[in-house]
Amino acid sequence: MVARQQQPRPRSPGRTAPSRWVGLLAAAGALVIGALPAAAPSAAAAETTGDDDTMTIAVSQPVDSLSPFVAQRLISTNILRLSYDFLTNYDAETNETIPGLAESWETSEDGLTWTFKIRDDVTWSDGEPLTAEDIAWTYTTIMEDEAAAKANGNFVANFESAEAPDPTTLKITLSERQATMLALDIPIVPKHVWEKVDDFGTFNNDKDFPVVGSGPFTITGYRPNQSVTLEANTDYWRGAPEFEKLVFRFIPEKDAQVEALRSGEVDLISGLTPAQADALQGEENITVNTASGKRFQAFTINPGARTQDGEEFGDGHPALKDKTLRQAIMRAIDKDEIVQKVYGGYAEPAGGYIPARYERYAWSPEGDERLDFDVDAANKMLDDAGYAMGDDGVRVSPDGDRLKLRMHVHNNRPDYVSMGRLMQERLADIGIEVDNRTVDPGVLSDALHNGKYDLIFTGWSVNPDPDYVLGIHTCDALPETPGTMRGDAYFCDRKYDELYDKQLAEDSDPEKRAEYVKQMQAVLYDEAVVNTLTYSNLLEAYRSDVIGSIQVQPDPGGNIWGQDGHWSFSMATPAAAGSGGTGLSAGVMAGIAAAVVLGVAAGGFFLWRRSATAEDRE
Amino acid sequence: MGSPSTPAAGDTPAAPARSGVPASGGGTRSGPGDGAATGTAGGPDARRGIDRPRTLRLLRYVSGRLLTAAVSLFAVVVTSFFLFRILPGDPVRALTQDRAVTVEQMEAMRREFGLDQPLWQQFIDYCLGMLRFDFGVSYQYRVPVTDLLLDRLGPTVLLAGTGTLIAAVIGLALGTGSAWRRGSVMDRANTGVALTLWSVPSFWLGLLLIVALSSGAGLFPTSGMMSPGVTGTFNAAVDVAHHMVLPLATMVAVVYAQYMMVMRSSLLDEMGSDYLTTARAKGLRDALVLRRHAVPNALLPTVTLIFLELGRVLGGVILVETVFAWPGLGSLFYSGLKVPDLPIVQALFVVFAGAVIIMNLLADLVYPLLDPRVRS
Repeated sequence: MVARQQQPRPRSPGRTAPSRWVGLLAAAGALVIGALPAAAPSAAAAETTGDDDTMTIAVSQPVDSLSPFVAQRLISTNILRLSYDFLTNYDAETNETIPGLAESWETSEDGLTWTFKIRDDVTWSDGEPLTAEDIAWTYTTIMEDEAAAKANGNFVANFESAEAPDPTTLKITLSERQATMLALDIPIVPKHVWEKVDDFGTFNNDKDFPVVGSGPFTITGYRPNQSVTLEANTDYWRGAPEFEKLVFRFIPEKDAQVEALRSGEVDLISGLTPAQADALQGEENITVNTASGKRFQAFTINPGARTQDGEEFGDGHPALKDKTLRQAIMRAIDKDEIVQKVYGGYAEPAGGYIPARYERYAWSPEGDERLDFDVDAANKMLDDAGYAMGDDGVRVSPDGDRLKLRMHVHNNRPDYVSMGRLMQERLADIGIEVDNRTVDPGVLSDALHNGKYDLIFTGWSVNPDPDYVLGIHTCDALPETPGTMRGDAYFCDRKYDELYDKQLAEDSDPEKRAEYVKQMQAVLYDEAVVNTLTYSNLLEAYRSDVIGSIQVQPDPGGNIWGQDGHWSFSMATPAAAGSGGTGLSAGVMAGIAAAVVLGVAAGGFFLWRRSATAEDRE
Repeated sequence: MGSPSTPAAGDTPAAPARSGVPASGGGTRSGPGDGAATGTAGGPDARRGIDRPRTLRLLRYVSGRLLTAAVSLFAVVVTSFFLFRILPGDPVRALTQDRAVTVEQMEAMRREFGLDQPLWQQFIDYCLGMLRFDFGVSYQYRVPVTDLLLDRLGPTVLLAGTGTLIAAVIGLALGTGSAWRRGSVMDRANTGVALTLWSVPSFWLGLLLIVALSSGAGLFPTSGMMSPGVTGTFNAAVDVAHHMVLPLATMVAVVYAQYMMVMRSSLLDEMGSDYLTTARAKGLRDALVLRRHAVPNALLPTVTLIFLELGRVLGGVILVETVFAWPGLGSLFYSGLKVPDLPIVQALFVVFAGAVIIMNLLADLVYPLLDPRVRS
């Protein structure tokens, strides 16, 4: 109260220092805010509708490198698919292998020598001809230089040599048969440019533009953490793309990406959540693409972690070595419920290990082998196998171990988190208590590699050639020493391994190979260590006022982003000019905004003065 | 807000540690409220001592502060190394996640990153590198971290610097106004709005602004710092300014409260002082009394606060930068944490904490110049 009495009272309300401050401030603020957008509409317009032949794609990962030898991230490899060519490609519609730089190929009888006929009409973007020598050099460099093997070393692990006896012939000699010879996802680089590189480990291919390549687009600019720009290669041997320019813009936040699509700053976004896709459905000038999943969501059960030498480690629940218990767990889970509650219908319940979109390899259990959702059947299986129900509703194994299982779930994947909760509920129905550990991916990975888990979530994107994801469940993938495992389950089964070797050697008969692959999935399903739950849809959206048509892979039902090829971008057509850009121009909008801001500032100022006057009257 | 009679001298928001900088090392000063608390006694007319003992005392003061800062900095360097080693997860596995890789490829990467070395060896290499300002090579970008830091420093300083400047000007003006008319509707509204905004999560506010002003009204770009393909210095500057409006607004909205509240409370403190009564008794106009006598004295704690905050704001922009894809140190830190890209997070931890330490030091050193009372 004392302080209040001493408070000085301004005599001339309008002329006091504070109000002058505020007035000045309001004026300055209004000036700045008003000036900015008014001066900037040119930029905004260029971003939205100005250039009809530019497609802007939002990406959420930063580029790690533009060197095909070291780039690991999906964003980088996708961009490299556009700017370099490959030996073979996958057909846009069927996903089948089609000729790429190689027009045709033949295999020796023992399957160890492959001879490819290379096209003679391909030139690099600097005008030099592309020959078999470039391809041989690319492969050989990966074979010989550890630093250059970082990204694609797995493809050439079996190579003895790669040679170019003449400009149109490529000869590859293998140490072992390999069915993936037509799935070598290695971008071919120009020897005459890259042989000058001293250290492949540190060379990022991001200083000199345009980057010499032979793909449908040429990388012409790169701003780290901001954008990558590509321009159409008008001499591309399959024909020039219709979009003249592609811009990949880095926007890490998905919600911000959605808003950028709405505002027209970007033309294509991917990886939407069901809620985001639902929100965009039916909006003007936006098309949502729901693609069948390339990826499966799964969980694995720890059947007892061990090394290749059979040394056991970790602390997995001992009862999980019992196949009956593992199968009962599968029977307790309702995959349809997951599809509806977690994915809002944007998913398929999973059967086999390979997603249904790969028709050749897809497999589904039939008849008695099916472990469909059936709580009663699951309970009966456990009763019969001697898992007695305890007083607290939790079963006890015949060995006397209480069935309390730890479940590790990635905390950065909302879908996994929801799935984990559902599974926890369902497993309680059959007398299994779940200790749900929703944790950082790093914690999860540590638990997996140390064998200190019971149930753990996982998921893989599957390539048209499934060799790798099948390979991680061979006995060979068990760790040599604890902590060095390649895959995501301590699975090791003699029959599975035999089938794996057979399919890998079956390089001449795709149908026969597919048959082996299906049998492998049957083994996985029956053992119930690796359990797929769903194939979630890929949800994407694009501006139909900018993109007239865009190729999905496979067609129909396929995806746009992350294709095994460059079809979405090389075959896309711009929307007819003039269809976009309705509504107020950016300049007009900016003017309105400035007026609003000024109005608010003036209002505030007026109120301030009024309140000052009122107090003076006290 | 609370009852109108609540605002009393010294009711500063206790400068909560809300920024993204991990609370460590920095604390050589206790807090911005201190200055205000001492504000009632004495005046600028402190005795004019001479001489030796005073110079010596000043020297001791300065060297003491320098030593404290050096020790804190060293502690930060050590902490930064071990703190992030505790993070679970193997960076190589995280980087190659979902990709077909052989065990050999993974081992080669570990060798390249030096992760195959024993921890003490890694620590020594890290410390030696630090002496040369060499923070190692980023795992995910494959370029020296020092280059990345230099690249991203500009955008962050631009955003954080401009933001602090605007927030300080707004805070000072509103704080002065509020104190001058304490208890008025405007004062209560001001305080209420400021404290509400102060408690709003900045990423949420950012997204809200994006929805309302970018995609909704189409006034500003949703994210990034520049549109691709803009040429010319003037166009580029305008384009950057245009991109900066929303992140800046988000930042300012959240941080101006503390400047306002400190200014308000320290001016309230001053307003009870005898010297103001004297000044008014001499017949000076109130406005003049406020401008010439009260405000300069009340500015002291606020200026200190601005110094302290400059360090913290650098790290505090992490969320704002991430939401708006602003290519600065904050979004770099976020992308580094996701892997975890150890060289990046270590280096940025040192930079963020170091900035706080250095700003503390500067505040400590500048303070005696501004306030003679500290000298004696």
